[in-house]
Amino acid sequence: MYDILFWFFSIAMLVCGLLVIANRNPVASALFLVLLFVFLAGLFVLLEAFFIAAIQVLVYAGAIMVLFLFVIMLLDIKASERRKFRALGVVGGIAVAVAFVWELVIILTRPLKPLATGGDELSGGLEQVVKPLFANYMLPFEVTALLLLVAMIGVVLLSKRELK
Amino acid sequence: MIPLLLIHLIKIACVIGVMLGIVAYTVLAERKICAWMQDRIGPNRVGPFGLLQPVADGLKFIFKEDVLPHHVNKVYFTLAPMIAMIPALITIAVVPWGSQLVIPSVSHDPIPGVIANLNVGILFVFAISSLGVYGIVLAGWSSNSKYPFLGGIRSSAQMISYEVCLGLSVVPVFMQVGSLNLMKVVEYQAQHTWLGFTQPLSCFIFLVSAFAETNRLPFDLPEAEQELVGGYHTEYSSMKFAMFFLGEYAAMFMASALMATLFFGGWSLPFAPFNAPAQTLTVGLIHIGIFLAKVCGFLFFFIWVRWTIPRFRYDQLMTLGWKIFIPLTLLNILISGVVLAVITK
Amino acid sequence: MTMQVERPKLTIWERTYLPQILHGLWLTLKHIPQRKFTRQYPEEKPPLHGAYRGAPTLVKDPEGRVKCVSCQLCEFVCPPKAIRITPRARPEDVPDANVEKEPEDFVIDMLRCIYCGYCEEVCPEEAIFLKQDFAIAGYTREELRFHKEKLLELGGVQPDSIWKWKFKGAPPLDAPGAPKREGAGRKG
Ligand code: SF4
Ligand code: SF4
Repeated sequence: MYDILFWFFSIAMLVCGLLVIANRNPVASALFLVLLFVFLAGLFVLLEAFFIAAIQVLVYAGAIMVLFLFVIMLLDIKASERRKFRALGVVGGIAVAVAFVWELVIILTRPLKPLATGGDELSGGLEQVVKPLFANYMLPFEVTALLLLVAMIGVVLLSKRELK
Repeated sequence: MIPLLLIHLIKIACVIGVMLGIVAYTVLAERKICAWMQDRIGPNRVGPFGLLQPVADGLKFIFKEDVLPHHVNKVYFTLAPMIAMIPALITIAVVPWGSQLVIPSVSHDPIPGVIANLNVGILFVFAISSLGVYGIVLAGWSSNSKYPFLGGIRSSAQMISYEVCLGLSVVPVFMQVGSLNLMKVVEYQAQHTWLGFTQPLSCFIFLVSAFAETNRLPFDLPEAEQELVGGYHTEYSSMKFAMFFLGEYAAMFMASALMATLFFGGWSLPFAPFNAPAQTLTVGLIHIGIFLAKVCGFLFFFIWVRWTIPRFRYDQLMTLGWKIFIPLTLLNILISGVVLAVITK
Repeated sequence: MTMQVERPKLTIWERTYLPQILHGLWLTLKHIPQRKFTRQYPEEKPPLHGAYRGAPTLVKDPEGRVKCVSCQLCEFVCPPKAIRITPRARPEDVPDANVEKEPEDFVIDMLRCIYCGYCEEVCPEEAIFLKQDFAIAGYTREELRFHKEKLLELGGVQPDSIWKWKFKGAPPLDAPGAPKREGAGRKG
């Protein structure tokens, strides 16, 4: 059962990912990305990381992608034309792909350590995520929050064209 | 002994069946109550006191012509009502309907009164219901005409904003209970007090945000008949329209269920034997009855408010959400944190 | 002259909308048990005003004779041309042959009729009346073109003050025992 679900989610994710970049209609692309996030959440559920799964769907699929869709619809982006391949793009793309595969090979050939699972059954990974965040990595966490805040204020400033 | 899977399936069937039944009758209740408030009688022709009206409505929806306007994007147009309806049906899975049912002839262990006893229950609810907005956005976009589009845009902005309020407003609840599991939340309330009394601000903001999330008056701007014709479902007819309709009421049911569970003690009442998990089948069933009664109470409240308060303006809605509720919820979290720290010290 | 409307200063409590909302909720709640004003229509008919103009109908006199003489004035006056009359001559040998014309068919298209009442007003014989039927329904257009029989059935009998049937061979007006003639100014 577990294996079947794993393969199902993985393959579905790959198919969705392909469709995201293969689709010429931006709305359809965005929707397949949403579907991809949902399947990804499914993988997290298989790992019993319910917390991350829920946050994944809530934040990415439920909020960020809605805003994406929003922008796509408001700007009324038409289906993109079939473009000619540019040499630089092709070379760059291949380079990135090769680098990525290389990295994957390095990682996968290493012996895998089993993940430290713990806590009570079905804790949903809440503690495993939150404990380190607020205990060991408090400072980086706060700094990140501050960074986001600065970015947010920047956005507000930029979007308010005339400053009083 | 019945296999566990079968028990689960029976439970799911019961929950969905009861829920859809209540949803259908909420539509009738809405019409009846609004009629009473306006000194009218309301539907009373189909069956005694009009009680068979939902059946007649259902038949009417099925037999109406399903119009597919030629200018719509067919795939998304068909998909949208389904997406709008499903989240409410899925999320009900983590809401505890009762404590437990003790039926020795069926299973050794007591059957919990919830379909999925998920540890991140409330997050699951928020996650799935946040997907519901796609139904409305897609409906607005694929209809390819201006009023639905405006409705879709409005609703997505509204739902995203109020999701934040909704999420933040329940944080103090879980700080007090110490768990995201809805079953635990109810058990906590059964032993202590109802959280509606200890967290009144949370409760109030959650309630108001729930109105916005379910697109109900006074926040029904995505539909706003007077200005947007019908909003996102302008182009819909027949069964597709019915699905939006059911989706709205199912979301209302879900919001009521959450209100009852989070703030008003779920299946419990503050005296024995209703303040502890049931040891006999009768008490277990009464627990479910208590829960449903509370849900119905909130459904009545939803209807009552709808027929009393006029619609907010869009900027008022946004101001209320971003400038008042979100700061208030943050303040509430801060205060609750301090108070809890002091008490537990 | 411009007038400055003094806006009342609201307290913070009032600016939360809550007092007004609570007041509204209380108001609607109070109305739930109150007396209902719904009229249960098909069973309870609405009270109609005496001058209510419903469907135009043809009437008979107390002796069961069609009063219409096919003068076609109503057909002429009808604004939406809802009336169609097929007149025919009455045979010479009937006892009351002083009435020379009668409608062979008389059609009022209820879908065209605007219930203006002109036909009733113009009729020299008081043969057409607007009754108080207002629920006129049918499944086809043809069904709603009311013919003579239907119109007569709807119209019923109207007490009569015109003695047109009596005059040929009847005693002259001033003869002793002649029926008193009312409705002065009408030709017999
Ligand atoms: S009521 Fe008016 S419209 Fe109707 S038949 Fe008479 S004259 Fe014509
Ligand atoms: S005006 Fe009177 S008498 Fe003349 S045709 Fe019409 S109904 Fe008959």
